[in-house]
Amino acid sequence: MAGFNASNKSPFRTATLWLIWGWLLIFALLPNILVIAVSFLSRDSSAFISLPVSIDSYVRMIDPLYFDVFVHSLWMAGITTVLCLLLGYPFAWIVSKAKARWQPLLMMMLILPFWTNSLVRTYALKLLFANNGLINKALLAVGMIDAPIDILYTQGAVIAGLTYLLFPFMVLPLYAVFTDLRNDMLLASQDLGATKTQTFWHVILPLTTPGIISGVLLVLLPAMGMFYVADILGGSRNLLVGNIIKNQFLDARDWPFGAAASVLLTLAMAVLLLAYRASSRRIGKTDFNEVA
Amino acid sequence: MSNRSIDRASLAEQAPKKRTFKIASAGSIAAKSYLGLIYTLLYLPIIVLVVMSFNKSKIGYNWGGFSLKWYESLFNNQAMLDAFWHSIVLGLVAATVSTLIGTLTALALHRYNFRGKGLLNGLLFVLMMSPEIVLAISLLALFLLIGLQLGFVSLLLAHITFCLPFVVITVFARLSSLDERLMEAARDLGASESTMVRTVLIPVILPAVLAGWLLAFTLSLDDVVVSTFMTGPSYEILPLRIYSMVRVGLKPEVNAIGTLLLAASLILVIISQLLLRRR
Repeated sequence: MAGFNASNKSPFRTATLWLIWGWLLIFALLPNILVIAVSFLSRDSSAFISLPVSIDSYVRMIDPLYFDVFVHSLWMAGITTVLCLLLGYPFAWIVSKAKARWQPLLMMMLILPFWTNSLVRTYALKLLFANNGLINKALLAVGMIDAPIDILYTQGAVIAGLTYLLFPFMVLPLYAVFTDLRNDMLLASQDLGATKTQTFWHVILPLTTPGIISGVLLVLLPAMGMFYVADILGGSRNLLVGNIIKNQFLDARDWPFGAAASVLLTLAMAVLLLAYRASSRRIGKTDFNEVA
Repeated sequence: MSNRSIDRASLAEQAPKKRTFKIASAGSIAAKSYLGLIYTLLYLPIIVLVVMSFNKSKIGYNWGGFSLKWYESLFNNQAMLDAFWHSIVLGLVAATVSTLIGTLTALALHRYNFRGKGLLNGLLFVLMMSPEIVLAISLLALFLLIGLQLGFVSLLLAHITFCLPFVVITVFARLSSLDERLMEAARDLGASESTMVRTVLIPVILPAVLAGWLLAFTLSLDDVVVSTFMTGPSYEILPLRIYSMVRVGLKPEVNAIGTLLLAASLILVIISQLLLRRR
């Protein structure tokens, strides 16, 4: 990795490093430090934030008023993640076992919707879920229901929407670990007398754990933040953490509380990143930057 | 359910002597239907949207005959057209700047060893993984602190920031697969540094740079979360315009603009894939 130009004094090198470090410090690191600072300040009706330093914002999250919303939000994000995993695991497995020349096409077809506007796709789901939408129409037509059922503005609609939007993010890392999965490992397990179930639990599952964790990371965090999905499909009772943060910042003007919620979201990310790093170290993968 | 069935296909393509681990002997029909089901679920909403955009009737989902009237009303909607152009300009500038910085960063990460390289890698990775809303409010806090008026500039800075890591990764991936011998050969043949960059390095990484640019452009065009916090009254962009329309109910014009956006991104994807595949 030494590269073809090892000169350490080149102006190109200096300029580039200044540029990227400067950008990241000003627009990534500094803002996050600000948010942490704000979360420990108090609310002031005129100036938004003020001294004294306090942990009130964090304490308020245990207040039943907010706590229930948080739990409900985490619940919806969690179910979304589990659904993506349950649907995506076999999907990634099957694609990784398909004929080599078909695999790029199969993956391409998966990623294609991801390239198209997610807001528009959320709206497209609304077309399906509405009372006179396609799903109700189809169910009525085949006689499974007598009257339209409420799909839109339910918890189920939010979960379905998040799962729909985030599914490719679960499959991509899983597909990567499945293509790395070596056939001889599985054969060895078989030759040593393991049943298929044993091979799955003791060989396949541990070897694909880094993929599972990074998939969870890529699904769970956005699932908590995509407030527009809850807005369009969920109605007022099915909020995500993102909706809470957004409301505190843009409507209620309670910055410290919104900032505290955001700090907790960042901590959740940190925990998942560490879990990912630990799991990939354990099975002998190198640094997590390589996967990124 | 379908895990059991995946192996007939792969058995068939392996040479007969090479053993493959078999999960179960159920044929690949279950596997194929599972893939079919998932793809159907993925594409059904999109197909419905496209079909509905040509629907004459406004209310309900009855087919009232083919009509282009929603496209017509779209092109007569000045606020929508303004928002569209704003989005295009924002996307072009954001994608270009983030591609410039991102490409330089990828080159530096590839060519040089410097102190804090791991930290830089880590920062980029964390930036990419960060929930968008966390980035959004942190930038909002920064801009209000320094007194920056929300509008084009705040949107631009935010979009460049969240596009950066994606460009770095796209270009870096290409550099990693670069055959160092090409460089050595050029040097042995007497090429100067600048000749080498011009005739070897740039042609090799150009497809990845363009693909990174397209990715950044798409990300910018698609973003709702960050833009919601970064926008001011002076500069409305398309996703936010659409967002305010679809929150209140079903708007047939959205089917039309959605279809146009789908077509546009389809074209962009095809271009970027062709770029990346060209070796």
